[in-house]
Amino acid sequence: MFRLRDKYAIAGVGETAYSKDSGTTVLNLAVEACLKAANDAGVDVKDVDGIVSYNFGDSAPAMAVATALGIPDVGYAVDFAGGGNAANLITLSAAAAMEAGLARNVLCFRAMNGRSGFRLGGGRQMQARGITQHTAPYGWITYPQAMAMWARRHMIEYGTSAEHLGQIAITFRDNAALNERAMQRTPITMDDYMASRFIVEPFRMLDICLESDGACAVLMTDAERARDMAKPPVYLMGGAYGGGPNQGEDLFDAIRWPDHSKNYAAFIADDLWASAGVGPKDIDVAEIYDCFTYSVIMQLEGLGFIKPGDGGPYCASGAIARDGALPVNTHGGLLSEAYIHGFNHVLEAVRQLRGEAGPGQVAGAEVALTTAGAMTCGSAMVLRN
Amino acid sequence: MNEFSKPIPVADADSATYWEGCREGRLLIQRCSECETLRFPPNRICAACHSDKVKWVEASGKGRVYSWIVVNHPVPREVYGDDVPYAVALIELEEGVRMVSNVIGCDPHAIAADMSVEVVFESGGEGVVLPKFQPMAG
Repeated sequence: MFRLRDKYAIAGVGETAYSKDSGTTVLNLAVEACLKAANDAGVDVKDVDGIVSYNFGDSAPAMAVATALGIPDVGYAVDFAGGGNAANLITLSAAAAMEAGLARNVLCFRAMNGRSGFRLGGGRQMQARGITQHTAPYGWITYPQAMAMWARRHMIEYGTSAEHLGQIAITFRDNAALNERAMQRTPITMDDYMASRFIVEPFRMLDICLESDGACAVLMTDAERARDMAKPPVYLMGGAYGGGPNQGEDLFDAIRWPDHSKNYAAFIADDLWASAGVGPKDIDVAEIYDCFTYSVIMQLEGLGFIKPGDGGPYCASGAIARDGALPVNTHGGLLSEAYIHGFNHVLEAVRQLRGEAGPGQVAGAEVALTTAGAMTCGSAMVLRN
Repeated sequence: MNEFSKPIPVADADSATYWEGCREGRLLIQRCSECETLRFPPNRICAACHSDKVKWVEASGKGRVYSWIVVNHPVPREVYGDDVPYAVALIELEEGVRMVSNVIGCDPHAIAADMSVEVVFESGGEGVVLPKFQPMAG
């Protein structure tokens, strides 16, 4: 279990514009976001000595970013091979690296030309080797196709409906309408949702996240140093990564997963809350990984906000709206702000806890949850101001 | 569209016997010789007891639909454009293991949870034979 409660903090955040075509390299995006994060913290980037990211081979390596930034002495540089499931693993690992003495100031980032360059949702290599010999020959190739299988099973098990999913998309779009960074800000209605075309049933177009170019970064340091920096610290209370047994051979492989109506979240909940010393009822604002609408339901159920099967009605009830019991994805999420592979959720949590979230600010937000992942493995963390 | 533009499974040391079985019209799955655990996809050691002693058993080919999707938007279009809408399902064999395949021989929108299906073997191109599933007769 993660046991560094309140010892490390996020001291700075930075991001590029989010767009369909950045017109520049992923390396340039990463450098821009990292510089902004260091500046936000009031730290000279030359004092950074750790850098960590995650990617699918579609990003700039941490070492390349460190070189471009002119960082003289890098003691910790790691690129995790993974999907959005790693978005909160990199921050946890940054804290672990600092605790071990490998670094003192660590930049964590995700950078991608996810629309103009390598499109994650568009497909995978048309090879059928290893685990994909048992999936790809049947035309089961894209992430929407993979996750639709999970959403369907939740519907079978609990009667989760299209209206439940639609209300999630509508809620996040309403939040995005208040967010100047968001790529999609035009409000949608249930009629719009129902009229949006099926991509892979049960998913309509509006169940599926955006494709985005952009980068996000945070600067992490120890709590004591953070208190002397430019912005109030956002403390890392706790976190967890995992998904139990049978996670499969890659992110796509769910053949051996026992119950597709629940995902990784159910397996990390105990460690997450125990490490943070708080529980679901203490969370003021939650930034929940929403590559697809259904994943919000499974994570809220798995993490214990509601019991399995109640997620659809709960999300459709208004509970996850900005003025609801649990404001979720106050920036618009991956569905409406941008798809920076879940790392933009971390930045929104920091803004909320600093009171810098603008029109989307949740009054009095003191404890925030961020999650990352939708299928067999994922990560989450609890932050406080 | 030609079928050979679709992904063709490449057999490896663990799966060669499985694909050979499909060519013979037999759906073979592994059973651990030590602890009797059935497993799919095929691999070298048993995740339950770590034994590498295994026997191949022929599944009945009967199962049920555990979950399914209907693909409307073909990716890539030049490969699947003529196939949509098509159904992909997680099939639970009556022996207990699950596998991914297509449900064929019915309207994809007629598929329902727990629908009984049975295996049927179809060409997958380049001499490969794929196990697919159709609604159980009667």
